Amino acid sequence: MLDFFASSRTEKNLDALAADKVAINVKDLTLHFGEKRALHSISMKIPKNQVTALIGPSGCGKSTLISCFNRMNDLIPGCRVDGSVEIGERDIYHRKENVSVLRSRVGMVFQKPNPFPTSVYENVVYGLRIQGISERRVLDNKAESALRNAALWDEVKDRLFESALTLSGGQQQRLVIARAIALEPEILLLDEPTSALDPISTLTIEELINTLKDKYTVVIVTHNMQQAARVSDQTAFLYEGKLIEYSDTNRLFTMPREQQTEEYITGRYG
Amino acid sequence: MKQVKINTHISRKFNQELENLRNAVLTMGGIVEQQLSDALGAFRDNNRRMAESVILNDFQVNSMEVQIDEECTRIIATRHPTASDLRLVLVIVKATADIERIGDEVERIANLIITGELPGSESIKNNMIATGDKVMAMLRKTLNAFARLDVDSAFAIHKLDKEIDKQYKALLAEAIKEMQQDTDSLPQWLEVLWAMRALERVGDRCKNICEYIIYFVKGRDVRHVSRKKIAEALREGQTE
Repeated sequence: MLDFFASSRTEKNLDALAADKVAINVKDLTLHFGEKRALHSISMKIPKNQVTALIGPSGCGKSTLISCFNRMNDLIPGCRVDGSVEIGERDIYHRKENVSVLRSRVGMVFQKPNPFPTSVYENVVYGLRIQGISERRVLDNKAESALRNAALWDEVKDRLFESALTLSGGQQQRLVIARAIALEPEILLLDEPTSALDPISTLTIEELINTLKDKYTVVIVTHNMQQAARVSDQTAFLYEGKLIEYSDTNRLFTMPREQQTEEYITGRYG
Repeated sequence: MKQVKINTHISRKFNQELENLRNAVLTMGGIVEQQLSDALGAFRDNNRRMAESVILNDFQVNSMEVQIDEECTRIIATRHPTASDLRLVLVIVKATADIERIGDEVERIANLIITGELPGSESIKNNMIATGDKVMAMLRKTLNAFARLDVDSAFAIHKLDKEIDKQYKALLAEAIKEMQQDTDSLPQWLEVLWAMRALERVGDRCKNICEYIIYFVKGRDVRHVSRKKIAEALREGQTE
């Protein structure tokens, strides 16, 4: 029998993912900022080479959660983490974890594009230089491939040595993504990557996200629910620091299991 | 999952838009219900003028279908409805199409009355009226269930379609028997058969609308599914 839309109907069982398919395994993660509990025992498995979106109202803990995946919260005074976050079967909160190495494996891009005030080229190779790579040919190759993967190469190949600040907002954001992927991370964290961009640049980034998942696991925080619906394979809805629902994106946006999810995605009172 | 009320969006304008949309469908349903009632009355009393007015009124139903579709398109484009809101809009598009087709079936019945002298015995006529009354009751209940988004009634009404199908088959058998004795009026008989078929089709369309109600409330597509499976789908929601 003909099966037209099989791919959009098959639903994964996110709890029962095989270990080798899991990029990030969050187990009973609780996070306090001082006295305030920002995340309440969150457990979820984020699959490899897929896009996972985190949605929820402001202050629900989605940015806090995504920052746990490369330990950016460590920098906030009074932050205490219980539970574990396993990447490649290693708990990244283990006291022997090397955080610098971790952050090169788990890249992050923020809401506002933050290129360094140097040339386009230097921005992309920055992390590689820090790693001690200085051979020009290697840097050139890596810079080109990172810019190509970030869908920026054609636009900047003739101005690699101009200041990165001359690029448009959308180009700057793709440059920052190129800088992150130059280090060949396993995971790319995007914290509201398009909220400062116009609709067309947004679409370019969304298209880019779709191609990035062939190589990387992508986790994206977004306030734009339609964006989550468009780009992600699965979506997690957080509310007041709790993981309310985590399912296939197609399922979550058509038939959410939880009343709270339904109310949030349809724009109703909580 | 509990059912969410339609009018609880943060955007009051969106509440209003959905409410207006639903009211438009109910109004359209009300007009078609009146049309069917008039057509059956005209058939009972052989009232040609009434039948003519039924035929003339069908344009209203057609125009409402177009308007409702336009509004649904606009809402999808501007509001990006999700979950139950999306199901509501889809259900309205589909239910409206079915209601419009019910209007067409009613027109067919009215056409029979204006074609002239009806062939057949009193018994056939009475049986057609009885089936018509049953179809009328089914349509009324369906529209009520739609207004209240009542899945239990929808499930109960859904079953009536089988009874109507049975009556239709009996009517057909009776008609065929009489037609064989009365081959001279075959053209008129064909009109009668069309009208019988139209009644039966109204039942089918009501059944469709009941399925949409279940889809909207439960999120389960119950078309082309056995009654047993539908009953399971309905229970599923209650245990969750």
